[in-house]
Amino acid sequence: MLLIYCPYCEEERSELEFRHGGDAHIARPTNIADITDEEFQDYFFLRDNPKGLIFERWRHIHGCGRFFNAARDTVSDKFVMSYKAGEPKPNLSGEPTATEKTVETYEATEGTAK
Amino acid sequence: MRKYSVFAVAREAMRGHKGWEAQWTSPEPRKEYDVIIVGGGGHGLGAAYYLAKEHGITNVAVIEKGWLGGGNTGRNTTIIRSNYLYDESMDIYEHSLKLWEGLSQDLNYNVMYSPRGVMMLSHNVHDKQSFQRHVHANRLYGIDNEWLTPQQAKDFVPVLDISASARYPINGAALQRRGGTARHDAVAWGYARAASDRGVHVIQNCEVKGIRRGPDGAVTGVETSRGFIGAKKVAVSASGHNSVIMAMADVKLPLHSVPLQALVSEPMKPIFPCVVMSNSVHAYISQSDKGELVIGAGTDQYNSYSQTGGLQIITHTLDAICELFPMFRRVKMMRQWGGITDNTPDRSAIQGVTPVKNLFVNCGWGTGGFKATPGSAHLFAHLIARGEPHKLAAGLTLDRFRTGRLIDEAAAAAVAH
Repeated sequence: MLLIYCPYCEEERSELEFRHGGDAHIARPTNIADITDEEFQDYFFLRDNPKGLIFERWRHIHGCGRFFNAARDTVSDKFVMSYKAGEPKPNLSGEPTATEKTVETYEATEGTAK
Repeated sequence: MRKYSVFAVAREAMRGHKGWEAQWTSPEPRKEYDVIIVGGGGHGLGAAYYLAKEHGITNVAVIEKGWLGGGNTGRNTTIIRSNYLYDESMDIYEHSLKLWEGLSQDLNYNVMYSPRGVMMLSHNVHDKQSFQRHVHANRLYGIDNEWLTPQQAKDFVPVLDISASARYPINGAALQRRGGTARHDAVAWGYARAASDRGVHVIQNCEVKGIRRGPDGAVTGVETSRGFIGAKKVAVSASGHNSVIMAMADVKLPLHSVPLQALVSEPMKPIFPCVVMSNSVHAYISQSDKGELVIGAGTDQYNSYSQTGGLQIITHTLDAICELFPMFRRVKMMRQWGGITDNTPDRSAIQGVTPVKNLFVNCGWGTGGFKATPGSAHLFAHLIARGEPHKLAAGLTLDRFRTGRLIDEAAAAAVAH
């Protein structure tokens, strides 16, 4: 069982308190009705499913109830870090960060909420 | 290949068992093959066998990172059934079940297919309605599946607790009598032996590191830990690692890989006659021919390639087993393992062409790939040989996630994962 650090509660809690929420930093297209089937497939279904570092959403459903993001190694299951929703994807690879601003409709406001 | 028979056993008994030959050869890889299959599990080895047997393509290599059947083929609960809900699923799993019935004879290898029955317990009104819908759909499609009253279920599985005071009362069950189990290792070994006999190269301990493509984008071969091997066609059937392999050809798949756990008990005398599954309380159980109880647990909720899983997942399942079968409460569990399953959003497999020319994929069998082994391998061989899917697998194409023709198969796992 994993021990997961909730960045809102600021403590490690048992995995039983959390619900996995799929990949993080997937921006929902703002013009969802206009995109092509290929673009919808890419947004909705296709995933990297990486062996190694993954960025994913978790929800502290039996705690504070809030969504946050985490970086984890999928081979060792070890968490690298967890961070509040809406914060930019941390650069853990040493490569320069992308300048393109990601749109995260729900999380963008959630991150600054108190 | 020397045929296995009772006479072979008698002959070898006379001469101290010195005449048994290796079941398959381990040749050096050629420079180029007509077809390279990535992944030496049941699906990959079976596809190589059917390519050689039914399509006359014998210049084939199966490349396996570890040892044969060391992945999910050797890490499952060996359950076989075809009582799925949708036509596309029933087509492929029933095709598979029919092949299971003759597989030992076909391969001259005892895969120990045992049609002992697969029973799905119903605990509430919703279960009952849902299972009866499955029973009717199956019967209309010509697949055996029947509804049992609690007493009929108990007659079939005497150790079942059908009392009203049970914590999880049983109000009926669905039974597929042709369902059952098989010996998982024998499936990999039997296919490897039969394929090797027809000229297929089985190359173990050889990891695929990259997929090389020509100027027109078509695949030309694979980079491996033993150097480059050319191929006119590459077929990927790597189970939990399909996303990793296909990323080498820049193909992204609608998959997420999660560990699925199972465990076995100490061996006991025969006590449990069939496979029993319960969706509502999440447990499935059977008894192997060695006498071990084989118990399947659930998947972890997060992506992982760890080949392990959370302890809370198996304790949850054992809690349910102990409630359903109180006599198993003092049985010791001996081994536990986790396999990495590749799951699709609609819980149905993908088998088809890819955006890359001459690259084929067989993936997304998720938590239920073992039962599909012969059928999937047979249809995958057709796809590789002809370049287009067999009509029984026509619905499983990769482009359904673009067109929206999903196969939303809730029965893919008889228990909710």
